[in-house]
Formats: sequence, structure tokens, C-alpha cells
Amino acid sequence: MTSAAPTPLGLIAELTHRCPLHCVYCSNPLELGRRAGELSTEQWARVFREAAQAGVLQADFTGGEPLARPDAVDLVRAARASGLYVSLITSGLPLDEARLDELVQAGIDHIQLSFQGATEDAASEFSGTKSHSQKLLVLDWLKRRRVALTLNFVIHRANLHQLPEMLAMAETSGVGRIEFANVQYYGWAFANREHLLPTREQLDRSVEFLKQAQERLRGKMQVEFVVPDYYAKYPKACMGGWGKKMILITPNGDVLPCHAARIIPGLQFENVKDRSLREIWETSAAFQKFRGVEWMPDLCKSCDRRERDFGGCRCQAMLLTGDAAATDPVCSLAPQRSIVDAVLASVNASEGNSQVRPNWLYRPNPA
Amino acid sequence: MTPDLNSRPRLAVGCRLNEKNQPSRVLHMPEKALRVSGPSLEIIERCDGERTVQQIVSELQRLYSKAEPKKVEADILEYLVRLHDQRALDFISGESSQSAETR
Repeated sequence: MTSAAPTPLGLIAELTHRCPLHCVYCSNPLELGRRAGELSTEQWARVFREAAQAGVLQADFTGGEPLARPDAVDLVRAARASGLYVSLITSGLPLDEARLDELVQAGIDHIQLSFQGATEDAASEFSGTKSHSQKLLVLDWLKRRRVALTLNFVIHRANLHQLPEMLAMAETSGVGRIEFANVQYYGWAFANREHLLPTREQLDRSVEFLKQAQERLRGKMQVEFVVPDYYAKYPKACMGGWGKKMILITPNGDVLPCHAARIIPGLQFENVKDRSLREIWETSAAFQKFRGVEWMPDLCKSCDRRERDFGGCRCQAMLLTGDAAATDPVCSLAPQRSIVDAVLASVNASEGNSQVRPNWLYRPNPA
Repeated sequence: MTPDLNSRPRLAVGCRLNEKNQPSRVLHMPEKALRVSGPSLEIIERCDGERTVQQIVSELQRLYSKAEPKKVEADILEYLVRLHDQRALDFISGESSQSAETR
């Protein structure tokens, strides 16, 4: 039996996989989409209309670097015209003041500017690009314009000690929101996991620090943070449930339930060039596969939390157990939790902040 | 905090109501959207940077005339503070406002 499709709420638009950064934890798949296959401006505009008609409220423009598309301003305008709230998730690197003004005039609702560290050296190491000082310049331009801004710091074992400096950067700039996103382990991050996963002690200290910051800054600045799944007691409700809230469109128009779903063998993804977004959302086999509770192992199906975390993340189950339909092994109740515990044991047996620069695997730029 | 009754609440940058012609009304915020209806929608629609908190309270007391006026006021203040804590609302100081002076 398949479950009826709920209304989708969010669209993640991976406009391109091209990016000036080469981050060691990039959430893009190991096999990056090529420029030649990217959707056209008109095709994206149709996707936005179809998404809004299907009930989607908000669109996140991401990539790669979404501004690597020369038509990014047109795409913002098209998405706004469809009635969507538009966020731009950017490194800031392809921006100059004129283009920023165009984005604001086109109606961009919210910009999320990413940072890889609190200092140039750290940021360059993790992003494989010298980019930090340019980002600070972009931050300064953004502050002087009327647009909502979130600073996003990707945090992990090798930069957690910079947390106070990161927070100070945000406080000085007077930004309304700051997100500390602990790396989750898919794609490039999975490949670099042993160098990125923090120790228990590092994590506990950072959570304590961030909780205090939340309390102190209430009403002034929103401080959000996410802990790594591996340290959680229960899994996250990945994407708010498979095929329940979110649609992801890859640069070439494939429609996925999440960033990493391509790693699950046997799933066929349909393309917006062939069918309407609503049809794909409602009926495609890939979206039906893990929708609702029918697919769940008995442990999850009988669990009180089945409608809260939906059995966790299918891609994590796949990566760690080889079975996409298993209980997410980060769950403390999962029969295969020992896999995660073994990873944590090895991480916690070593020092949190090694002086030796790891042998990072950097994400390349696609052809 | 308790909002100053003479301050004028305004949706923060990045926060807006969707268009009126949509099947349901939504308050958009960065990374979040709240479905709003009834009193919460009536309040948010009045957070225009022109009306003072006091004016919003008075208008809703008239609109919900069967409810206890003190209760209406308390609920509105609580809701405004909640929106403010979520960074969805700014309170513009009442004293610098000309429209507040001419009332």
C-alpha cells in the first residue's frame, strides 16, 4: 500500500553544482552535475510556477554556488513572481555591489552567507580557496542593504575552537540570525569523516557555549545550531520525513526527496522536463518508496516516535548499514547502533584538535 | 520584555505575509513559514509600522467585543513578544514618530 502524498512546503533548487569553493564537507554528491546538462532559465521558471501551484511556500536557491548562474537575478524574479519566498544560500564570492542591488530589487527575501571559519587560514584550509576576506567585504555590503541575513558557519572538529570568534563576528555585524551547522556525514563529508567528527568533549563544550549565547541574545539575534547525528539519542526527522515536505531539484532537473538520495540503489528519479512537478511528487516511485510508515522495519513501525523522526535518514542508513530501509543507526534503539558507536570510539580515542593538517579530500569543480 | 504601548510594531526585514489571494495566509520568515488565521492574522496585518501597540489593542478589542478586553490586551502583548523573540517583529520607538504625536 502506498501513502497519499501530503502538500510539499519547501523547494531546494540546486541551480548548479559549479562552485568557486572546494569544501571538504560539501553536501553535493560525489558525482557532480555538469554545466552542459543544467536547466535553462525558462525551465526553472516553470518549475517555480509548478512548485507554487503544488503548495510550495519557500524556495532555497543553492548549489554549488547558485550565483555561478549568470541568470540568478532572473531566477529570483521568476520565483518571486510565482509567489514563493526566496532564500539565497551563497558563498558570496560571485557578488559585487551592483549585482547585490539587482538581487535586492528582484525581491530576494533572505540571504544566507556561509563562512568556513573565523580566520582566513582556517577558512582557506576547509574550502580549498582563499575566500574569507572577500566574504567579509560582502558581509559589509549586505549590512548596508535592507535584506534579511543569516550567517552560516559550518562547524566540525577542526574549527570548533573558533566558536567564540565566530559568534563575535556575527554580533559585531548586527546580523539577525546565525546558524552553526555541525557537519553531517554524507557526500564529501563522509569521505573526510575521520578528520571532521568532533570529540564528545568538544561537542559538549560547544553546546554549552551556544545555549548560553541563545539565552543572552534572545530577541536580538537568533542563534541556531544542529548537533551531528552521530551524537544524537534519536535520529533527526530527515527532510521532515521522506516525500512529506521537501522537494529537491538537481541542476539538470531530476527531482529528489533529499540531497543524497542518489546513493540509494534502485531508485529512479524523474525529471521536470518529462512530467509536471506535482505528478512526480505525488506518484513517482522514488517519492513513494519511503513515504509514510508502511516501509518501516517493525522496530520503527511500533515506535512512539515514528511520526516524529520517521525512522531517521534513509541515506544514513544506506551509508552505514548498506540497507536504506534499516532503522537509522544513529538511533539509540537501532539494532545497528554499534556501527556508529565504533566510529565515535575511534574518534574519541584521539585528540580533538590535532596540530597535523589532515590529508583532506577536496570537492572539485564539475565540468 | 513588555512592549511599549506607544511603540509601533513592524514586521522585520525578511518577514512578510503572503498575498491575500492565496488559499491560506502565511507569515514567511527566514527558514520558516507560519500559517496564520483569526486573531493572529488580524494582529500581524496591523503590524505596519504605523499603528501603535495601543491602537492595535483597541482595534482588536472592538473586533472581538465579546471577549474580555484585558484578556485581549494580554494575548496581543504575549503574541507580539513571541514574534519579537523570533526576530519577526521590530518595535519602532513611539516618541520619534510624528503620527504618534498627532493622535
